[in-house]
Formats: sequence, C-alpha cells, structure tokens
Amino acid sequence: MPVAPGNPHGNPEAAQRQGALPSTPLRREVTLAPAGFPRGDTRHFRPAVGASDVAGPVHSAMMSSQVVVNQGYNSQLPGSYPPLTPAKTLNPGSGHYYSGGSQGPGQTLHRPPVAANPAVPSLHSGPVPRMPAPASQSPAATPRPSGGFLPGASPLPPVTWQHSYPSMGSQVNHYPPAPSQPPVPGSTNLSTNHQYVSSGDPLLQNSYGKSGITSNTNSGSLMAHSNYDEIEGGGFLATPQLATKNPQISRSVGYTYPSLPPGYQNVPPPSSATGMPPSSLNYPSGPQAFPQAPLGANHLTASMGGLSLHPEGLRVVNLLQERKMLPSTPLQPPVPNLHEDIQKLNCNPELFRCTLTSIPQTQALLNKAKLPLGLLLHPFKDLVQLPVVTSSTIVRCRSCRTYINPFVSFLDQRRWKCNLCYRVNDVPEEFMYNPLTRVYGEPHRRPEVQNATIEFMAPSEYMLRPPQPPVYLFVFDVSHNAVETGYLNSVCQSLLDNLDLLPGNTRTKIGFVTFDSTIHFYSLQEGLSQPQMLVISDIDDVFIPMPENLLVNLNESKELVQGLLKTLPQMFTKSLETQSALGPALQAAFKLMAPTGGRISVFQTQLPTLGVGALKPREEPNQRSSAKEIHLTPSTDFYKKLALDCSGQQVAVDLFLLSGQYSDLASLGCISRYSAGSVYYYPSYHHQQNPVQVQKLQKELQRYLTRKIGFEAVMRIRCTKGLSIHTFHGNFFVRSTDLLSLPNVNPDAGYAVQMSVEESLTDTQLVSFQSALLYTSSKGERRIRVHTLCLPVVSTLNEVFLGADVQAISGLLANMAVDRSVTASLSDARDALVNAVIDSLSAYRSSVLSNQQPGLMVPFSLRLFPLFVLALLKQKSFQTGTNARLDERIFAMCQVKNQPLVYLMLTTHPSLYRVDNLSDEGALSISDRTVPQPPILQLSVENLSRDGAFLMDAGSILMLWVGKNCAQNFLSQVLGVQNYASIPPIMTDLPELDTPESARTLAFISWLREQRPFFPVLYILRDESPMKANFLQHMVEDRTESALSYYEFLLHIQQQVNK
Amino acid sequence: MAFTFAAFCYMLALVLCAALIFFAIWHIIAFDELRTDFKSPIDQGNPVHALVLPEYSIHSLFCVMFLCAQQWLTLGLNVPLLFYHFWRYFHCPADSSELAYDPPVVMNADTLSYCQKEAWCKLAFYLLSFFYYLYCMIYTLVSS
Repeated sequence: MPVAPGNPHGNPEAAQRQGALPSTPLRREVTLAPAGFPRGDTRHFRPAVGASDVAGPVHSAMMSSQVVVNQGYNSQLPGSYPPLTPAKTLNPGSGHYYSGGSQGPGQTLHRPPVAANPAVPSLHSGPVPRMPAPASQSPAATPRPSGGFLPGASPLPPVTWQHSYPSMGSQVNHYPPAPSQPPVPGSTNLSTNHQYVSSGDPLLQNSYGKSGITSNTNSGSLMAHSNYDEIEGGGFLATPQLATKNPQISRSVGYTYPSLPPGYQNVPPPSSATGMPPSSLNYPSGPQAFPQAPLGANHLTASMGGLSLHPEGLRVVNLLQERKMLPSTPLQPPVPNLHEDIQKLNCNPELFRCTLTSIPQTQALLNKAKLPLGLLLHPFKDLVQLPVVTSSTIVRCRSCRTYINPFVSFLDQRRWKCNLCYRVNDVPEEFMYNPLTRVYGEPHRRPEVQNATIEFMAPSEYMLRPPQPPVYLFVFDVSHNAVETGYLNSVCQSLLDNLDLLPGNTRTKIGFVTFDSTIHFYSLQEGLSQPQMLVISDIDDVFIPMPENLLVNLNESKELVQGLLKTLPQMFTKSLETQSALGPALQAAFKLMAPTGGRISVFQTQLPTLGVGALKPREEPNQRSSAKEIHLTPSTDFYKKLALDCSGQQVAVDLFLLSGQYSDLASLGCISRYSAGSVYYYPSYHHQQNPVQVQKLQKELQRYLTRKIGFEAVMRIRCTKGLSIHTFHGNFFVRSTDLLSLPNVNPDAGYAVQMSVEESLTDTQLVSFQSALLYTSSKGERRIRVHTLCLPVVSTLNEVFLGADVQAISGLLANMAVDRSVTASLSDARDALVNAVIDSLSAYRSSVLSNQQPGLMVPFSLRLFPLFVLALLKQKSFQTGTNARLDERIFAMCQVKNQPLVYLMLTTHPSLYRVDNLSDEGALSISDRTVPQPPILQLSVENLSRDGAFLMDAGSILMLWVGKNCAQNFLSQVLGVQNYASIPPIMTDLPELDTPESARTLAFISWLREQRPFFPVLYILRDESPMKANFLQHMVEDRTESALSYYEFLLHIQQQVNK
Repeated sequence: MAFTFAAFCYMLALVLCAALIFFAIWHIIAFDELRTDFKSPIDQGNPVHALVLPEYSIHSLFCVMFLCAQQWLTLGLNVPLLFYHFWRYFHCPADSSELAYDPPVVMNADTLSYCQKEAWCKLAFYLLSFFYYLYCMIYTLVSS
C-alpha cells in the first residue's frame, strides 16, 4: 500500500525492522518472460507434466513471454534468444493473459488436488484492479483458452476457484505463513494469483519496455518507510553465520546436492585448502539432482580447461615487433574463467563488466599487478528481452539484502546460502514453486535463479510514497542571444512531433518555463482558449505565481500545449533582452517540481549573467595550450547545491547547452551531474549557419524525448564480503557508502565504481557483484532491475594479468583521470594515465616473465592497453596543445563519466573501415538483409589512400572520408554524384540508389546505427572539408603536433619499463 | 603566585579546548552516522557543516592569544594545526560554506575514512593539549 510520503532522510531503525520482516507467503503473481540472454540449455524448463499434480497442486502458474523491446535503434536479433519455455506451454503470440484474482482477507483458496490446469479463462472477467493497459499493447491481446497451457492436463473447472474481490483498492491479504506445512495437496492455504502478461509478437511491441503488467501489488505488511535507503534495503553484512543449523545437511540429505567448496560450507573443511577431491565435483545423479552448477567446485578443473581452450590468450606479445595488434573484428570482452555452467548464467558484459575478470585474492596481489579494480555498469540499458517477475515476496538475503541470484548455493531444498555474505537463509514457501515448470520443490529452477539479469515488480514495501507520475518541465532560454540561434523552432517542433511518444501514461504532466532577465510561466489550465503567460520580474526572491495549472496533465491539456509550442518560437523574436537569469529560473523550476519530482530539461545559450548563479567568463583563449591554468572546477557552488536539493526531491536536471561563446560548463554542468541528469552540448549552434548541429540536436532530442525513463530511482551495488567499493563515477549523488541516488535514470547512462580488496579472499573461489536499481517506470510501476556478475578469484599474478579486460581498464582509467584533472591538474592526469601503463607492464615484466627478453613484452590480454591509453591522451578530455575550447573539453569529460563503456571506447578509439570496396564476403545476414563486414583498420593515415573511401565510426558521429582519386564507381554508385568536385560541402545523407554498392554501404551504415540507441549523424567529407581536421584528429596512431605517435609511445614505455 | 596574562590565556584555552574536544567527538559521531547510513549527507541539519568554522576560529584565537602572551613553545605546538586549518579553508574550491566536507564526495570511502581519521587525530591532539594547558596554567600561576 502506498505509504504517505515521509521525510526521505532519517529514521534509521526502519532499515533494521525491515530486515527482520517475516516473509509472509501471501499471494503470488508471476509474470515471466524468457531470459534476455542467449543460453544453450533449455531443458531445465521442460514442463514437468504431471509432476505439478503431485508436488504443488495448490500452485498454479502460467507463462507468458514478456518481451521488452527498446524504442531505439537497437533491435538485436530477437530470434537469437531461444525462448526458455517450451513452445507447448507457451504461445508467445498469446495475448494479455490474466488469471486469478486478489483474495479477500480471510479467504482461503482450495484447489482440488485432481485439478491440474490452473488457467481459468473465465476468471479474466473478474473485476480485478489493474493498471490500464498501455496503448502499445499488442491488439491481439486476448485471453487465450487454458487448454494449451498444460498439455495432457484436464482443465480446472472454474467453480473451484473462490474469489472475492475487495471493492476497495486495498488488497492486503493476510495469510498465516505456513513455512513448516508440508505441501499436502489441497491443504495449503497459499492463495495464488498468477498473472500473465504476454505481449504478443516481440517485434510488434514497441513501447518502452513496459508491456501491460497489471500492478495490483499486495503488501505483506504495512511498513512506513521514511528513506529510500532502507527501502531498497540497506543492510549490514552479517558476520556470524548460522553455524549451528544442521551442519551436515549439505551432505547427508537424502538427495545428492552438488558439493560445495569449503568456503561455502558450514562444516570445517576436510583438508586445508583448495577444494574437493575430483570425484565430488561431478554432478550428482540423484533422483532430484539440482542442476545448479556446483559453484566454485569445478573451478580448478574448469580453469585448466579454459586455459587450454585459448592458447592465444596465454601468449606474451612483444609490442615493438608485432604492431598490428588491433583485431579486424570488434574486440570482444574476455570471458571469465569459470565453469561453463556458471558462465552460461553470468551477466552480459555489456551491462556489467569488471576490469579484472579474475579477481586477485588479496589487496597485496592487486597492488602488485598495478591494475585498477573496478566495475563498469550500464544498468538501465534497453534490453531486447528481459525476464520480469511479479511476486509478492522478493527473496533476499536477510542480513545483506542481496537478491537471490543464480550464484547462490542451495544447501538443500529449504535453505540457500547468500553468495555475498554467506548467510544461510530459508527458502520461502512460495519460492518452492516454480512457475516455469509448474513443479513444486524446485527453487533452484526459478527464473530468479536462472537469470543474472532480471526485473522484479516491487511491492509496496519498496515505495516511500505512491509512485510519482511522469513530470516533464521544459525551461527555455528566450533571451536575444537564444532567439538569434533559432533553436526554439527545432526544439518546439521536436516536442510537437514527439508529444505522444513521451514515456508516460494518463498521469503524465508537462509544463513550460521561459526566461531572459525575467521568468515567464505558462498557465495551461483546461478550458483556456490559449496559454496564459505570467511574468515574474523579481528574480531575487523567486516564487511560483500560481499553485496549479503550471504543470498540467498532458492528455487533458494537449491542445493548449500544442498551441503553446507552436507560438513559442514566434513570441520572443523581437526580444532585445540580452541578460540571462538561469539561476533564478532553475530555482523556480525546482520549486515547481519539488512536490512531485520529475525531469527538468534546461536549454541555455549563454553564460548566466543575472541573479543567483551568475557566472563570469573565465576562459582565456590565449592560454588554451598551457595545461596549467584551465578552469575545470566550478566557480560557484550554487549549481551543485541546487542539484543536491533537486536530488533530495527526486528532480533531475538535463542541460542542453547551445552556446557559441564560453558558458562555463564546468559550473553549469554540476546541475546535471549531482542530480543524475545528462549534459548535451552543441557548440556554435545556429539554425542557418550550422545545419549540422541542427540535425544533431533534432536526432538527439528525439531520442531524449522518447527513450525510456525511470523516476525516483536508487541503485545499490553490493559485492561479496571482503571486497569494498570506494569511489563512484557517473552522474548521481552518492547518498551512502553503497547507495546512489538517481532522481532519473535513463538508458544511455553508464556508471563506474572502483573497488578494493579489504579482506583476503583466500577461502573463496568465486566473488559476486550485484547491482539493484529500484525505479518507478513511466507507467507508474515500481520495479527493481537486478544484475549479478560472478567472477573467479585467483592467487597468482599471472592469472590476474590473463584475466584483465583492457577495454574496461581503459574506461575506468579515463574516469579516474577525469577526477584527477579536476582535483589536481590535467598534466597530472595525463601522467597518471601513462604511469598506469608503465607500472602494470613493469609489474608484469618483473613478476611474471621469467626470462628478461628485450622489447616490450605484454600479456596478450593487455596487448591493446598502450594503444587505448594513447587514444585517451589524444581524446578531447585530456589532449594538450590544441585549440580545444574549455567547454568542449569539459563536455568531453562529462561524457567520459556518463557514457557506457562501449560508446566511451568508440569515442576514444573509433573504428575505421574501408567502404569503397565492400563485398559480401564474410557478411552477416540478419533476417533478409546482408550486412557486409569490412575489417577494422588501424587508426593511422598510412591505411588511408586517396583512391578509397573510409568510414570512421566514432560512436555519436560517423565520418565518411572520400579520397581525391576515389573510384568513379563509388562516387556515382554510392554517393550519387558525377565527380569528386560535385560532392556538396555539407552532405549528411547517402542517397538510396538502386545499385548493389549503394545497398551494401547503406546496409552497413544502418547496421552500425542499429547497434546503439542514439542516432549517429553521418558526415561525408571531402579533402578540403573543415571537418577533415576532426577526422584526422582521431587517427590516434599518428603523430600530432603535441602528441607522440603510437610507436614513439611504445618506445617511451619500453624505456620506462626496462629501467 | 601571580595572575599573568599568560595564565589567563591558559585558563581560557583550557575551557575552549574542552569545547574543541566536544567538537571533535561530535565530528567522529557524525561521520560514523554517515558511514552507517543513518544520515544523508545532504541533510541541512548536518552538524558536520555547522561546527567547522567555529572550530577553526577558536583554534586561531588560541594561537593569537599565545602569540600575545609570548608563549612560544605553546604557539609552536599549535602552528602546524593552524596551517593545516588554513590550508583546508582555502583549498576547497568555491565551497565556502561547506568547507572540506563536500556532500557529493564525502561518501566516497576514501574521503570518508580520511575525514574520520582527521577527526580522531584532532581529538587526540586536543586531549593532549588540554592536559598540557592545564599543566602550563598551574606552572605559570605557581612559578612567578
């Protein structure tokens, strides 16, 4: 039940009280969908026909496939994910299925033991409270007859289900917990409510990952929470374990369970160290053998096997001799050296990645390796498929509040051991029932234990207040300068186009504020013929002119909003006001938003000059080249404080800076940084003089407006006892040692954390990391997205080096370097980057290599480390000696901190392809398209030639450089121009020509675009294009006026390493 | 037995030192609460922020008084901390009100443990100087 909003800070005791909540088995709603990640083995999900009659007749379940399709360009082969459920039991085309109902208090529900089929179509008509189905729901969503669910089972007569629906919204069901009750058929009092939502054809669904989940959550207890902290479950690591609890059970239980490594057992380890005799490593063959992988136990054998599989990975590379180390295909993240059964379940590296896939056992070992240990997360990424579980109790460790995950160990059917704090927990009664197979007594096959990435529908214990409606406030700069740039036209047009696509529901609210030296509000009251403008000229003491109608329901006042957006660009064309009172406008926006929370989008075109938060120009253009005197730190703390206030009220501020002059992004950016917003920067935006930026703004705005959004979110990252997180990178506010406060979360934000090994991990073989993101979706549901990553622990330096993930390391180093540039100086940060390479390679040379060979010897896993660090040094954030403007540099730094690793790596080290001779050789074929796969070239001018055309993919931008002597064929067949000279100076589109060459090029470019959620703009460059400098700047292996070439850099490193 | 200015300084320092000890303990408790999630670092009423400036000014007052009283040894003992306070005061960029305890970074484990260590060290220093002032006060009272 929604709890009245309380003070979000304080009341510490509630955390502990919540920790001790009895897990009352009430009603279970299960909504399941096939897992999002490919896996080979689907046999675990075989429907145990008949078994459910015996084992769990009181439970019923149905399956649905909820498919989450992102709205971006990311349509990754839906077909490649095999549905986990057998086709017999699940028809993915089945519609919105809903069965069962909420039980009235005191109602018991008895199913006759004979009845096996739980699907009762007639129940669907019951007055079940539920959320309105979103408009995006597949129209084919109709209740489907039950017969198809369980082949061979007789349908359950509807009369045997007793349902009473409370007329009130209150659905608190109280059932006595019956954990000790044996599952006697028909006698358990568990009421079941299974709700299935299947969303039809995955390809048809186009909404923001929300298919119509009914959210009639019921709460086991009415807990008043006052802090998001404790809601998500702040907990303390339990030190003692329940050692007294039947220590032999893991061995002497009737069934054979996989043996556990000594670290996992409560019994004293039989021998001193590393593991069980090999015979115990095998899978048990008992009648009810748990298919769960024997965590850790197989590690040693697996590691040997893993190593022999990849002899290439063991190679030592002399970088000075082998210069062509860049693979011609995209670099794949290293696979953790785990038993394949565990690895199969592990989290997708795109979502959750560790810099070292083999965790060093001790801090001393980590220090020796000189490599940073940290995690890179992309927790809210748009996923093609995501399993969603609706369950009244979410099973979590009682002491550390870890969500149950694939890497926990089941000591027996009734108890599981947390893989983070090693506490032994009871398996709640309703978790015993597996809705996928409809078998009772298979907790280890539940979707929670089979998927490393899963989303829970959170019950009301996870709410401080009723889920907030989506609220969007747009704040526009309308000073003379802003009107000059003409941005209002594009932005208002984009908003008009995307108004219906804004993520939200019937509760969506929208509002507008404009400002120059005064602040203008717009009353959009229903019934007004046109919007009413209210001007507040007292900017020293900002107040809200009217309490209502400034933020209005989008659906009810849509016409007024549209009218306003149409007139807004013309309203200020005659404005001569040059001052900008951004600070007061932000204060006003905050006051407007504070009661609900939501998103503020600020468009600013100049340095704020009036009121609080006024800034002074600090950049001195003549001193750009010197790395010392640049202002990377904010000049005022006004924006930071306001951002913290925003964060406390669940408001995020996104900043769009469209400024030609210096605007002190270092100070302004704080408003987004600490309120978990994002920053967009369009230098020299002008509607006529800079059409490229206009197109970029339009595309990015479209993505920005329509992408998925999560409100009032918190993210907690937990890791196995012994590891500790000490620094966070990204846009958020760190509210406690492991809790990030994210007023908004968007799918394009990445986060990084640094970790240290606090206690020795010698008695464990596996460590796990879990990130839990609790958010309110734009449909008003509270959801928790959980990712769990499991990694092996190693004891030797060589293994640490072998498991290094060079991309993740470079990404984390970039984040650390940004911090260093702000706290110390840019040159310090650059030195630190170079030293990171030198230190780790000398550590490798001195500790791992036995014979000291000449040359620069690096482990195969780190063969690209020097290259990536060199690329970082030449990246806009850290480069020296160029005319990079301060704002651009700071924007690049913001991007380093806020981008997910994949895009960060692309902007740092772009991919270069030759595209004038694309062929179908080695091409991918996706559905009915053929996508050519040209090899990735090294970023050096020596690979360019005047008679070719080269495509550079730098993440948010694609550049096609056409050589002067490019084949006439390419010009006419692909570019559609007569000759080289007739290529227009600004060309951002390839024509669709009816030639195979054009088709191939377009297929390749659209394939590149599909890989990412945003839309990279393509620029076609001639030799004399002004953007050519930009193109050449990305040639990181070449020497520039102020930076070394790759070979020189290697020589420098070699010199330092061999010292 | 004479009630000199130096004796007065030591008496006043003794009293104020007790206040500083209280501040240090307060800081230790506050950081501990932050660490154990009991408090949010943005809390406006966070006492960490309120007590920094008084602490710095009280300690500078000591130093000025000892300078006037020509208590060179005592002054010498206090000067390092005085410089440290100055450094902290002027080092933090643009955040005059929050001084060293910047809410967005204070929760980073490194910063937090640094702050905690600092608070413990100060507590030790103030405790020792409390007894030192007590001794000096009696000494100046008795000696002349």
